[in-house]
Amino acid sequence: MEKAELLSVQNLSVALSGKHILQDVSFTLNEGDWLMLIGPNGAGKSTLINAVSQAIPYSGNIRILGKDSKQMKSRSLARAIGVLNQNHYVGYGFTVEEVIRLGLYSHREGFFSLRAPSKSAENSAFGKAKYTSFDPDQAVFDAAGKTGLTELLSHSILTLSGGELQRTFLAQLFVQDPQILILDEPANHLDLIYQQQIFSLVKEWQSRPDRAVLSVVHDLSLAKKYGSRALLLRNGQTAALGTVSEVMSPELLESVYSMDVYAWMQDLYGRWSR
Amino acid sequence: MKNKNTATHGFGPKEYLLCAAATLAVFLLCVCLGSVNLPLADTLAAFRDILTGTVPEETTLAYRILQPVRLPRILCASLSGAALSLCGACMQGLLKNPLADGSTLGVSAGASLGAICSIAFGFSVPGLLFSGTMVSAVIAAFISLAIILSFAYRLDASLSTNTIILIGIVYSMLVSAMSNLVITFAGDRVKTITFWNMGSLQGTSYPNAAALAICLLVCGGILLLTAEELNAFSIGEENARSIGVNVRAVRLRVLICVSILIGVCVSIGGSISFVGLITPHLVRPLTGPNHKRLLPASLFGGAIFLLLADLCARTILAPRELPIGVVTSIVGSILFVHIFYTGRKQR
Repeated sequence: MEKAELLSVQNLSVALSGKHILQDVSFTLNEGDWLMLIGPNGAGKSTLINAVSQAIPYSGNIRILGKDSKQMKSRSLARAIGVLNQNHYVGYGFTVEEVIRLGLYSHREGFFSLRAPSKSAENSAFGKAKYTSFDPDQAVFDAAGKTGLTELLSHSILTLSGGELQRTFLAQLFVQDPQILILDEPANHLDLIYQQQIFSLVKEWQSRPDRAVLSVVHDLSLAKKYGSRALLLRNGQTAALGTVSEVMSPELLESVYSMDVYAWMQDLYGRWSR
Repeated sequence: MKNKNTATHGFGPKEYLLCAAATLAVFLLCVCLGSVNLPLADTLAAFRDILTGTVPEETTLAYRILQPVRLPRILCASLSGAALSLCGACMQGLLKNPLADGSTLGVSAGASLGAICSIAFGFSVPGLLFSGTMVSAVIAAFISLAIILSFAYRLDASLSTNTIILIGIVYSMLVSAMSNLVITFAGDRVKTITFWNMGSLQGTSYPNAAALAICLLVCGGILLLTAEELNAFSIGEENARSIGVNVRAVRLRVLICVSILIGVCVSIGGSISFVGLITPHLVRPLTGPNHKRLLPASLFGGAIFLLLADLCARTILAPRELPIGVVTSIVGSILFVHIFYTGRKQR
């Protein structure tokens, strides 16, 4: 069966103050994909993510779930795409629960009425067909449970560690339950154990029908382990696009990173044999 | 307050009733006290007469003081206090900046310039009562906000705390200089402008109070319904966009409402600074940062704060009267230093 196309980006270019940050980047994201965006610092990975999530002006054509993204309303865009940002600077002492609960925003029409998110009946509890009707409190509680935040629900976000904060925003995304998850350095600030947890949670989330993930990772080992496809960027242009094993070949990586990546990785991880 | 529901949900009828009762109590206190103190019974009797519209044949002292002078003034004080505090709370949320307020961003100064121009040159929109100062203050407030924010975004897209406050201060200075320039050419109207510019609710009228009430009902209502979006903004604009808030539309909506409210308040009472800065800080320890509770609490808290400030202005040096802006600035700056200091120590 042909996999559904969730996101299509064509000839995407971004210029900031006359300087080309991205030039003519095209790719598609199909159901079940986990596309890894890799490349050295300044290659345009974060800019690409910002353009896809409609945060910055761009030229080119981005279609999300078959619709022209520039025509989409904010709430329907948020039901299609959710973004986990890299940095969280928080100023006020909201509770963890209040932050997670904001994930319900896009599922509300207008001011008050709460509508079940699309496909919630079969999907909201990670495919466990748990809810007959969508229960927002249960969704918040489940998301907190999955990310290990149940104990912290009533805590102020000002008192959290970087990792706890990152998990709070991930829980918010799980409640929002968009079809495309965009992650900018998801393992940033995370202890190894939570890094592993987050990646397996996202993996589990992505293996459900009609879901796809687009993520920036610096750690190439993580990209190799979890990615299904990869887009390698160099100076704002596509250096390679394809399956992870195609793109992450020794020759391509060496030409883009200007170093022997494979030798370094073997040097790093070869020391771990018991 | 440990209950999960009160922690995440907005003001219920019980909270509204409690706050309204407190505001009413302070309101009555302020009506009774002044350069002439009135017994509560007389005050209530006079109230009854004013509300029913009957003019007693033998007017009591309470009626003669309340009806033309004290009541409209106190109405204006409570409504401006509520409006300014609501604006302060909204801007602090929208810009994710605990120092944001009409006075720190230079919006009040901008509105003043608009109002001063209209007083000095005497232009007005025909057919609308006291429209000249009010309309020009509102327009000037909006233009000021637009200028300040576009500059701030251009300099620093993340709108960091210091950048925007700095721009606000510079803008305030520039606008004050322009105001002074206008005043030097104002001739015989200098005294009116100067006293008004210090912030005074003396001589406010029922139409003033009505204008404030209408604006507060409409703009305040819209702002209260924007509480959830403001929550998202005060966690971060990127996050707000990610969860599906229409960032541009909400920002514009809040800025228009805030400009109208500040413009109207400034055109009626002059620049009464610090109210919008202080009240949200005072109520936040009770309500938390959630705007569903912070905004209504600021509304009532602001009314109470300005009523008390006005009471001080009227009574401390009675029969002489202080400009209310002087009182709020003194009380506000002391309170602010205190809050800032204790906030630092807790971290």
